[in-house]
Amino acid sequence: MVSSCTKYELRCNECGKSYGNQPLSACADCLAPLEVQYDLESVRGRFTRESVAAGPANIWRYKELLPIPDGFLPDLPVGFTPLVRAKNLGKRIGADNLYVKNDSVCFPTLSFKDRVVAVALANAQAFGFTTVGCSSTGNLANSTAAQAARLGLKACILVPADLEYAKILNTQVYGARLVRIDGNYDHVNRLCTMIADEYNWGFVNVNLRPYYAEGSKTVGYEIAEQLGWRLPDNIVCPMAGGSLIRKIRKAFKELIALGLVEHKDVRFFGAQATGCSPISHAVRNGWDYIEPQRPNTIARSLAIGNPADGPAAAKMIQETGGWAEDVSDVELVSGIQELAETEGIFTETAGGVTTAVAARLYAQGRIGRDETTVVCITGNGLKTTDALEGRYATEVAVKPRLAAFDEYIRAIDVQLINADPELALAGGAR
Amino acid sequence: MSVKIVLPTALARHTEGQKSFDSQASNLPGLLAEFDTKFPALSQNVKDDNGKLRRFINVYVNDEDIRFLGGDAHQFEDGDEVMLIPSIAGGCCAHGE
Repeated sequence: MVSSCTKYELRCNECGKSYGNQPLSACADCLAPLEVQYDLESVRGRFTRESVAAGPANIWRYKELLPIPDGFLPDLPVGFTPLVRAKNLGKRIGADNLYVKNDSVCFPTLSFKDRVVAVALANAQAFGFTTVGCSSTGNLANSTAAQAARLGLKACILVPADLEYAKILNTQVYGARLVRIDGNYDHVNRLCTMIADEYNWGFVNVNLRPYYAEGSKTVGYEIAEQLGWRLPDNIVCPMAGGSLIRKIRKAFKELIALGLVEHKDVRFFGAQATGCSPISHAVRNGWDYIEPQRPNTIARSLAIGNPADGPAAAKMIQETGGWAEDVSDVELVSGIQELAETEGIFTETAGGVTTAVAARLYAQGRIGRDETTVVCITGNGLKTTDALEGRYATEVAVKPRLAAFDEYIRAIDVQLINADPELALAGGAR
Repeated sequence: MSVKIVLPTALARHTEGQKSFDSQASNLPGLLAEFDTKFPALSQNVKDDNGKLRRFINVYVNDEDIRFLGGDAHQFEDGDEVMLIPSIAGGCCAHGE
């Protein structure tokens, strides 16, 4: 083991059985999910605020706490996305200390999935896979295809047949084999499980899932570091499979254990679309199990009716004193527009869900006005423009003459002409 | 009446490698009872200490989650394909390490 690596292995979440390191996702004995566990003591004193600050401006600055095989040389500068203070959105929803973690600009494919794929493919190579794949609602497909191309791996991607056109195109352009499956995500995922049984392929979210999921922790590390090495009071996070929200908490716990941040009991809030809300339904009923649903929402990236990590996510949210909510398709579209109009961030449908749920949590008083709250925006609006179809009129073409323009603008929005006096003083408008 | 049972590799290790076989069971409890006698190791693997199906196992009847069909009460029909699969599965061919 080289000095930059931390000892880690797969262990069963339920019975604690160890499995070393191999492409395996479920315990042979109790069939529960496997998770990567680290020997945190082996990294104590080596993983510090200073060592992190000296690292590259991407997720590999946290490599000591990622399951990275010996000899792995990080290639792509993934992650380290902006954490922006959201004063304008805060003003609108009654929040004084609101932040947006903006993974809609994650490199290379504009979603937080770039993080998990980077870690999964590092392991795929170490395990000797030459073909990789995934079951995907879109963002994962884009990221797997792009990063596989960069690493020289072949990729076969399976998606539900009704996926947004932009997400299909954004997979095919990288030369990946894309297979549309006549079913929903849950059908696709089940098929991938059977394929992984028969073919010697590395499915990032099937047989490589424990490693893949660890990549999500980097969202948590970045939030803590970008807040000046302190933890927020609350996290609001979208939920599809239920993995991300749990891994952010795991990241916070590791930072506390290693002394990089002070202890804080962060509350976690989950966001889903009402048309596919098995986890929020479980939280609101106080369950630690999931009743599967048949997804029916335009938030396709969250449309997982039988989420693999759903039970654990529901349990965890309740443990932290958090809550989960779900919003309608109409509300999520308003959420997209609200975030764009207030903060200049164009997110996809999932981000509309998260924004709308955050607004509701403030309105309900579940999150206090002064508390430091981070809303996790995980994907880019350019991939789901069809959600905004018909929302904006196609404007008439105005003749390229000042008089024509003047007449036009006076007719539609005369206030636009009257410059703000302060701006005029500064020479910003004439 | 006969239904076809399909298992992934993770479970087929308890059936001497058989990933597919016929069953006369008419519902899920009947199928689990059949496992008790035909494949005791499989039975032990898929059931918890209370004799109920483990919560990490999903059961599909002709591509539909049995929970959408009524669960234990759902009656199989002749020719149905019944699949048992861990909710997080995959990984059989450990190689490399």
